[in-house]
Amino acid sequence: MDIHEYQAKEILSGYGVKIAEGGLAYSPSDAVQRAREIGGNVWAVKAQIHSGARGKAGGIKICKTHDEVEAAAEALLGRRLVTHQTGPAGKVCNRLYVEAGTEIAKELYFCFLVDRTTERIVMVGSAEGGMDIEELALHKPEAITKIYIEPAVGLQAFQAREMAFALGLDAAIISHAIKTIKGCYRALRDLDANMLEINPLVLTKAGEIVALDAKMGFDDNALFRQSKISELRDKTQEDPREMAAADRGLSYVGLDGDIGCMINGAGLAMATMDMIKLAGGEPANFLDVGGGASAERTEKAFRLVLADKGVKAMLVNIFAGINRCDWIAEGVVQAVRKLDMQVPLIVRLSGTNVEEGRKIIADSGLPIITADTLAEAAEKAVQARNEVVAREQG
Amino acid sequence: MAIFINETTRIIVQGFTGKIGTFHAQDMINYGSKVVGGVTPGKGGQTHLGLPVFNTVKEAVAQVGAEASIIFVPPASAADSIMEAADAGIKYCVSITDGIPTQDMMTVKNFLRRFPVEERMILTGPNCAGTISPGRAMLGIMPGHIYIQGSVGIVGRSGTLGYEAADQMRALGIGISSSVGIGGDPINGSSHRDIFEKFEADPETKVILMIGEIGGPQEVEAGIYASKYMSKPVVAYIAGLTAPEGRRMGHAGAIISAQGESAAEKVAMLRDLGVHIAPTPSAMGETVAAVLAKL
Repeated sequence: MDIHEYQAKEILSGYGVKIAEGGLAYSPSDAVQRAREIGGNVWAVKAQIHSGARGKAGGIKICKTHDEVEAAAEALLGRRLVTHQTGPAGKVCNRLYVEAGTEIAKELYFCFLVDRTTERIVMVGSAEGGMDIEELALHKPEAITKIYIEPAVGLQAFQAREMAFALGLDAAIISHAIKTIKGCYRALRDLDANMLEINPLVLTKAGEIVALDAKMGFDDNALFRQSKISELRDKTQEDPREMAAADRGLSYVGLDGDIGCMINGAGLAMATMDMIKLAGGEPANFLDVGGGASAERTEKAFRLVLADKGVKAMLVNIFAGINRCDWIAEGVVQAVRKLDMQVPLIVRLSGTNVEEGRKIIADSGLPIITADTLAEAAEKAVQARNEVVAREQG
Repeated sequence: MAIFINETTRIIVQGFTGKIGTFHAQDMINYGSKVVGGVTPGKGGQTHLGLPVFNTVKEAVAQVGAEASIIFVPPASAADSIMEAADAGIKYCVSITDGIPTQDMMTVKNFLRRFPVEERMILTGPNCAGTISPGRAMLGIMPGHIYIQGSVGIVGRSGTLGYEAADQMRALGIGISSSVGIGGDPINGSSHRDIFEKFEADPETKVILMIGEIGGPQEVEAGIYASKYMSKPVVAYIAGLTAPEGRRMGHAGAIISAQGESAAEKVAMLRDLGVHIAPTPSAMGETVAAVLAKL
């Protein structure tokens, strides 16, 4: 789960990390009010969306008058910002963070993340901040320092020192830098974050270390013990289809194609989508019905897959292990009757009680297209989709 | 032979008396697994499915000689149960439970490393379907009847995609020595490479099928290991050709977040390492058959 910059800053501030003075705004007049409260004569008006690289997408505006603040807020609120992290649909900006301008002496890069190779938390820093860290890693890897943290003892002072010196900071501010680094680490550990990125972390002309941006991502599996973090969820930033599925205890991934998929198991789902792609189609989504696919669950799953109006054909691929194909077939038949399906449906069942399952589908008299293998199912789904599109184009 | 489990392995179920634990314990017993009891703290002394229930894993090890354990306890306390098993001297543990926090898994891995290698419990999972040695024992939640006994070792992240592979192989008359699920989480007990080592040492296993997916370094690490240290051929399929970067594809670990983590990149690297690639998920069985035919 991701949170907004202003939320991450509020958290980090509680852990002793210095941030610039700022406030949240939902309207242009709010934004001007925040700028007045902050004082000074330079403000940054920042779109709050769940994505990095907002600056490049025009989501951060530096303003020198209250009129400019108002104009920036008007331009940003309600706008969809597209970055390389949001996908082509972009993310809508409903909240702004108005922040006091900071006089920057030096921009640094700093983050913590879970490293899957070492199975440890790794601290990453570079004296060359402000730019895209992926670019830097590619073209100048020697400018990046990585320090791995031993889980049993946590971040040690010498490691924080090593990072502070690697960031090229003066001896005079080392102790402030160490406090910042340690604060970030404690926030990550205490709150079950799996990512914390400050890009840039800046050295100000006044000689302070300030988190000018902040991004935090949390472990979904740990939210059961992080209720305060769960409350920070902003549903407007997430795929509404995925949210609706999550509310019903189902797992859904929305994609950009037009073949809807109901599958059990994430691996089989990915494999099925690979087959659709190889057959010349594009999946619209996949819904993982999981282990216990009862008739009610199947119906809910159908509703969610078909709620995507772009779906032109639907593919069901179930490998029944604990499930039984006859139960699933009954659920499918019921769902089709109840929902008055308008798009072609392709069903492939495999595993426990497959013959009984196939018989139920065949005896239903419904126009369900059946397939025996994964490849056949994908080919038939793409073919059915193509026929629908051809008819629509008439 | 087979790896990890056979008909003599003494198995306990952690989270024995719960609904899910009960269902799958019965299924494992029906398959022929030697289940010798279970653990549910607070219910020690009771009998469940005709078997003794213990308060602690230590008691189960002392009283019924438990060697392997399967975990069905809820995610909030699953890491604790895994560490309890390791501390009690269990040799092999499967965690079926999914949704264990990443930091808890880091703690588990760190805890396991405290034991000398020869005494260290092997963990597979979490978030997996378990392990089966067909015809001998099942320590998992898979449909046992789709696996026939034979000489192909399977290791994979996904449960149902592993079933798909076993089913394709059964249709071609190809049997399996053991099939091991390592789970879909970013930090797991054993990697593909760890399982490769076991299959390489198992005289019954002739060919290994790796069912991988996008995200993380483990498939390529296993390929590098195979090219350097293994005599047995490896076949691989990598799921997630269509996955966009940065999107989590159902499994917590199935996300392309770094270079080399996409399906296309993994396939290219594995091919360079001499791994036989199943080009599509429906070609897993036939690719294994072709490799077997050349032995």
